[in-house]
Amino acid sequence: MIAPLEALAERFPDVVWEESHGQQVARVPNELWFDFATAVRDAGFGLCSDVTAVDWYRDRPDRFEVVANVTSMSIPARLRMITTAGRDDPRVASLTPLWPGANFAEREVWDMFGITFEGHPDLTRILMPDDWEGYPLRKDFGVGSVPVQFKESPKAI
Amino acid sequence: MSDTRLVDVWVAGTEEPEFLPTDEGRQEIAPEESGRRLDEQYGRVVVDDYVFDDEVPEEERMLLNMGPQHPSTHGVLRLQLELEGELVRRCKPIIGYLHTGMEKTGEQLSFLQGPTNVTRMDYLSPFHNELAFSLAVERLLDIEVPPRAQAIRVLMTELNRISSHLVALATNGMDIGAISMMIYGFRDREMILEFFEKTTGLRMNHNYIRPGGVAVDLHPGWKDDIDEILKTIPKKVQEYHDLLTNNPIWQARTVGVGVITAEEAVAYSITGPTLRAAGVDWDIRKVFPYSGIEQYEFDVVTGENGDVFDRYRVRIDEILESLKIVEQVTDAMPKGDYRVDDTKVTPPPRQRIDESMEALIHHFKLYTEGFRVPAGETYVAVESPRGELGCYLVSDGGAKPYRMHIRAPSFYNLQGLPIAMADSIVADTIATIASMDPVMGDVDR
Amino acid sequence: MATTAPGNLLMTKLEWAANWARTRSMFPATFGLACCAIEMMATGAAHYDLARFGMEVFRASPRQADLMIVAGRVSQKMAPVLRQVYDQMPDPKWVISMGVCASTGGMFNNYALVQGVDQVVPVDVYIPGCPPGPQSLMHGILTLHDKIMSGEIRN
Repeated sequence: MIAPLEALAERFPDVVWEESHGQQVARVPNELWFDFATAVRDAGFGLCSDVTAVDWYRDRPDRFEVVANVTSMSIPARLRMITTAGRDDPRVASLTPLWPGANFAEREVWDMFGITFEGHPDLTRILMPDDWEGYPLRKDFGVGSVPVQFKESPKAI
Repeated sequence: MSDTRLVDVWVAGTEEPEFLPTDEGRQEIAPEESGRRLDEQYGRVVVDDYVFDDEVPEEERMLLNMGPQHPSTHGVLRLQLELEGELVRRCKPIIGYLHTGMEKTGEQLSFLQGPTNVTRMDYLSPFHNELAFSLAVERLLDIEVPPRAQAIRVLMTELNRISSHLVALATNGMDIGAISMMIYGFRDREMILEFFEKTTGLRMNHNYIRPGGVAVDLHPGWKDDIDEILKTIPKKVQEYHDLLTNNPIWQARTVGVGVITAEEAVAYSITGPTLRAAGVDWDIRKVFPYSGIEQYEFDVVTGENGDVFDRYRVRIDEILESLKIVEQVTDAMPKGDYRVDDTKVTPPPRQRIDESMEALIHHFKLYTEGFRVPAGETYVAVESPRGELGCYLVSDGGAKPYRMHIRAPSFYNLQGLPIAMADSIVADTIATIASMDPVMGDVDR
Repeated sequence: MATTAPGNLLMTKLEWAANWARTRSMFPATFGLACCAIEMMATGAAHYDLARFGMEVFRASPRQADLMIVAGRVSQKMAPVLRQVYDQMPDPKWVISMGVCASTGGMFNNYALVQGVDQVVPVDVYIPGCPPGPQSLMHGILTLHDKIMSGEIRN
């Protein structure tokens, strides 16, 4: 673990640190999400590379996971922060006040998973039409495929 | 004051419907003053008499819709601009008009079919998409591809960077009015596409880089084609310099236009040439190298001012830097296999299928069921022509990804558009969009 | 008849003449959506030179165009826009569905895409390929020319 993160580990004892295929991962409790992210940003992780989510439909009690990849451009190093959001009415604090670049990404997660980001300035659908119903990337949302007819049925000939 | 009312759509002769608020229009730009103001700007408020009203504020603001079907928004990008005369006061990009649901489709396809899906995201740099996905799968599988496959990957992605930058320069020129540049760019791109076609069989959407290596070896005589490219492209780049770089009209349209400073770029997660044009020395190829790209010598090109002209210069110079890498890869192309020697992910060679029943079964199983990937999650990023292209891949131990997310550079770069455009004139918005080089397939996925 | 007619006279059917005029100056609307749009631009550029068929000018305004090349995948969000652009084009008008995504939805058989643009607008020529090469697009355009030449003058 690199030096700025060691200080963070001392400050946030509830955060679980892991290593996944050589990458540093911090599993953050939902209520600490914003405070921890603030500390991470102040530790020099100035570039928010990515915010996304995973739907562990029936596999885990806390259904949704919000994943943020942040980058420190001075060291350089990466850190992946993962938190959980609840099953019904999933909520998590928005990172947009810290990294303005998380704006579109969080809107996309809201659009695709229906996770509410508290404190987001403009939480509207971004990829789907405004009047779309449902959240497409949830596991209980069907792919919506139509059956493909590869050749004429024998009756038609 | 005149009598005003809100216009709603209803059929004449029927009872006028009550106004039912819907979600429609929530993505659109919100008024600064009030909801009423937006109605006025849209022209939904009808003034029933023609008495001159001197209470109207002097700053007449107008909403202008650019797109989604507009020749210079590079696809189906829609911009809502709030204009004050000729000045853009606010701007909001509205996207999603090309949303293809690829992340959902990616969960239905096996890991071997995955590159077919992701290659269609950023259609100007298909190899980079495939590379990011394949690297993520390989990291979950914990396999190392042979040196020749790595070298081929670097060769293909760097050639792809050249072809993508050529299109960026071509469309940038076309949007500002330099039609010759468009002709030049597409002419020279054909040469690289021909090389791709010879090896992969397709001009675009190759599905060439796959987990475990590449699909086929380079075509016979590829060195001669590379030599031809290495000889020709620098001459063509000189033509662009002659045509544009010192051209006073080009400079007047680009210098000091659409400025994004380094701090803004980092704050808004902007990467790639747009970030480097602002003077930040940041390139994934240097800081988090992949596919053995650290063996090759090249410089990271940076600009100073972060304006449209600097982005143009960065792209032109990056073409030359990529040519350097291509030359080094060609000279030091390792011999050996182009796929990893692991029967778990690699199908048997074509001749063996004709001879051996086991090989046929192996091939069939691999292409119908796919291979299983250990449970885990990873994030891998490569430097695409537009910036950091990352793949966040979650596997639950099955033959299909549990979640496949692509961190699309254009998607994040678009967030810089409102900053770059603020208080510029309408004509400059075109130049700014073109210089950010968004690919809508990458944005909407 | 032949003896009384003055020189420099060309006799033809009105239908043929009208169709000939329509095919020789066809203005496509810029309706690039995805990957196929890049191939469409490549077709219009120097190497493949669509100007040979008198159609290098892609009209930005649908009101000046009579051919819509739907180049790429049509999403649910884009479909109303597509229809509006089609409605704005003056008659007679034709539609080429370029690529498998526009024709059938292609490999993206999911919630986001319209499975075939013929659900939204009538299509005259389908071009297969992902994306179709410039040669395929030109073949499709020539097929459309043949179709127009052999057809009646529509209202």
